[in-house]
Amino acid sequence: MSAAPLLEVEALDVAFPGRGRLTHAVRGVSFALGRERLGIVGESGSGKSTTGRAILGLVPWPGMVSAKRLTLGGIDLMALRPHEWLGIRGRRISMVMQDPKYSLNPVVKIGEQIMETYRLHRRGSRREARRRALDMLDAVRIRDPDLVFHRYPHQLSGGMGQRAMIAMMLIAEPDLLIADEPTSALDVTVQNHVLGILDELVAERGMGLIFISHNLTIVSSFCDRVLVMYGGRIVEECAASGLAAARHPYTRALIAAAPSIDRPKAELTTITRDPAWLQ
Amino acid sequence: MTIASADPGGKISLRAWLADETPKSRTQAFLANLWRGVVALCSNPVAFGGLAVVLAIVLVAALAPLFAFGISPIEQDLAHRLAPPSPTHWFGTDELGRDIYARTVYGARVTLTIVVLVSVIVVPIGLTVGTAAGYLGGIVDTVLMRITDIFLAFPRLILALAFASALGAGLRNAVIAIALTAWPPYARLARAETITIARSDYIAAVVLQGASTPRILLRHVVPLCLSSVIVRLTLDMAGIILTAAGLGFLGLGQQPPTPEWGAMVSSGRDLILDQWWVATIPGLAIFVASLGFNLLGDGLRDVFDPKAA
Amino acid sequence: MIEVAALSVTFHVGHVAVRAVREVSFAVTEGETFGIVGESGSGKSTVLRAIAGLLPTPRDSVRIAGRAVGARRTRSERRLLQFVFQDPYASLHPRQTVDQILNEPLAIHKIAGAGALVGRALADVGLGPEHRFRYPHQLSGGQRQRVAIARALILDPRILLLDEPTSALDVSIQAEILNLIARLRRAHRLTSILVSHDLAVVAHLCDRIAIMQEGSLVELLDVERLRRGEAREAYTRELLRASRGYSRAQAPA
Ligand SMILES: Nc1ncnc2c1ncn2[C@@H]1O[C@H](COP(=O)(O)OP(=O)(O)O)[C@@H](O)[C@H]1O
Ligand SMILES: Nc1ncnc2c1ncn2[C@@H]1O[C@H](COP(=O)(O)OP(=O)(O)O)[C@@H](O)[C@H]1O
Ligand SMILES: [Mg+2]
Ligand SMILES: [Mg+2]
Repeated sequence: MSAAPLLEVEALDVAFPGRGRLTHAVRGVSFALGRERLGIVGESGSGKSTTGRAILGLVPWPGMVSAKRLTLGGIDLMALRPHEWLGIRGRRISMVMQDPKYSLNPVVKIGEQIMETYRLHRRGSRREARRRALDMLDAVRIRDPDLVFHRYPHQLSGGMGQRAMIAMMLIAEPDLLIADEPTSALDVTVQNHVLGILDELVAERGMGLIFISHNLTIVSSFCDRVLVMYGGRIVEECAASGLAAARHPYTRALIAAAPSIDRPKAELTTITRDPAWLQ
Repeated sequence: MTIASADPGGKISLRAWLADETPKSRTQAFLANLWRGVVALCSNPVAFGGLAVVLAIVLVAALAPLFAFGISPIEQDLAHRLAPPSPTHWFGTDELGRDIYARTVYGARVTLTIVVLVSVIVVPIGLTVGTAAGYLGGIVDTVLMRITDIFLAFPRLILALAFASALGAGLRNAVIAIALTAWPPYARLARAETITIARSDYIAAVVLQGASTPRILLRHVVPLCLSSVIVRLTLDMAGIILTAAGLGFLGLGQQPPTPEWGAMVSSGRDLILDQWWVATIPGLAIFVASLGFNLLGDGLRDVFDPKAA
Repeated sequence: MIEVAALSVTFHVGHVAVRAVREVSFAVTEGETFGIVGESGSGKSTVLRAIAGLLPTPRDSVRIAGRAVGARRTRSERRLLQFVFQDPYASLHPRQTVDQILNEPLAIHKIAGAGALVGRALADVGLGPEHRFRYPHQLSGGQRQRVAIARALILDPRILLLDEPTSALDVSIQAEILNLIARLRRAHRLTSILVSHDLAVVAHLCDRIAIMQEGSLVELLDVERLRRGEAREAYTRELLRASRGYSRAQAPA
């Protein structure tokens, strides 16, 4: 991890007005990210995706975002104007969305979309873009890149779509990749291939990675550091390898609730929620 | 969100009872669901406008004598033929000296009768054919859909005209003619919905419970198709009213002297330049009624939209 | 209790024939919880649907309680076996209250005393009277899955087929549902088949596991042997390794 962090987030708050009151999706989240793999875990609704979107300035209307500090390599992301975002999104930060269906353009062929992304950010020739796109599809373990290149998103299965999406996000070689449940739609064996690709990019190119997941097994085995979110807050931050020794009762309960192949239990521990966790 | 709260008297207000997130009985759950629909419909200004127009027409038709202030729609007064709108005859009189206001008010009855009768015929036929074809599939589907296609292939008004002239003029025959031409799109709609519904897990669940096919169709499939059929019907109402008016215009609908908007327009056609009110007023009535149903249909579509639930 | 013999299922999509299940055979003894694991598209759900009689199958490929059954079944044959579906958001009728959903099987089988039975079925899955008159959209995913389980058990079946009952749920909710299933299968003496893509979930509840790949059953083994790493097939070992989490060593070069 280098000295100056790539991304700094301090006191990030996101609230959605609705039904006559504010729903705080993210409350006072602070962390710094270097060139490492940072995992964010938590149950659905704990604010993981919203945190990712806030970093990219993509919180949907009517969400309200505030932060004491939100910087990427010294650039204040909170102060960026719409046209300035163009040089950041996709180029310096990319996000792999939870559901590839909504993130790929349904009427443009996969290959075209990936090439377009490359040419937008890297300004190469069409030939070069095509070669890079095919390489990237190959890198995400798509068996027949030439075939998928000419497919439309709806002609791909969930797992294929997810991989095409990852290929598109990685082709511009961003400094920071936010991957929101990138492997949930994938089978376990494919999952590990995709994780391998991400791993390589972090190790070789020094990319920063925020890996959002609800799967503790994956996060603890793949990431360097883990943030545990509950009700919009970070309740615990620890080294991924030290997750088994987590201190927060919520983290411990989350670990205990998952069935394990190697440690059979007669009964799984269920979580008794303590209102104090939200304080 | 309204929170159910007991007022000082200990009785819970009706509103809170309806908004209760944990209903205590079947009736309460049903009414609460209905209430949510009504609230959604009324909070959409366009839909509310449509609802208001439709309700107004129903009210006018039901209480026609009252709204016509006792003026007869069929009494002729040849001394005051083609009188322009005035305080005595609000909308003027027609070529036989009949009060156009009273005729327009009573005309709502004929229009509503047609609307109700057509709905009562079209919805069951469309639902039965469509759900049976969609759920059973195979040969049943093929046969039923080919029949539907045959009906769909004819232009609506021409088929209605053919039926009406074959069956003879008159309100009843006009209704039958319109209904016979109107059901095929409903069958297609119901079939398309049924095919999706039939694949769903909740239908598989009742199959596994041992439910018979009629029971599955009637109790589980039809209620889900009903909402889109109702939306389609309200949107189609404008077309049905216009077809009815068209038949009336051609003398194939309600027979004189009973007032009917289409026939009224027809009789005022030759006078449109000099006595504009004779044709314009019933024309406006047709327009307003059609618009009302259309707006209501649009609103209902939003209310029934599962995404909003 | 359940015997599947050389079961094959082929779907015809346009002119293409998809062989979803190829010659799958296994037997489940009374009271056992049998697991089926495999990646998506491997034919797990199709096997379960064939056993349930939701797909047309040759009459002698599925036997339940010693009797050959096809897709056309009598009401009493239906009652023997119930199903819990994967997606709790799609398995409850959107326009029916929990009360209506639970009353329907009782009405079909003309069982008296429905009011009390529905109350008891709800209590059995840990739901209270406050949930009884709600619509599915007013319930959370976990609560919906509880309703689906109550619906399956209200006819007192002897066999329960579970198709990924927890894959749409959070870990904590999954733990509650898995505990519930474990308790109910004891209380009701159920024979069950649990399908999942998650090896850990299947290993938690089952004693014997079938591994499926591309429509075929590639291996059938005890959980104990799986844990000890005594799987015969390379595919099973790969699945096991992948389920234990990511490891740098197995990453692609
Ligand atoms: N567009 C939105 N409008 C209103 N509320 C939202 C919106 N997006 C997210 N939320 C709320 O924010 C909370 C966190 O959501 P999310 O970040 O998607 O959680 P996670 O990704 O951890 O499942 C949830 O309670 C959700 O209801
Ligand atoms: N109704 C169907 N029509 C056509 N193909 C189907 C149908 N159901 C399943 N399939 C195909 O059969 C294969 C197995 O599917 P399925 O049993 O659902 O797998 P799993 O449950 O293991 O994910 C898949 O290739 C799927 O596309
Ligand atoms: Mg999310
Ligand atoms: Mg499946």
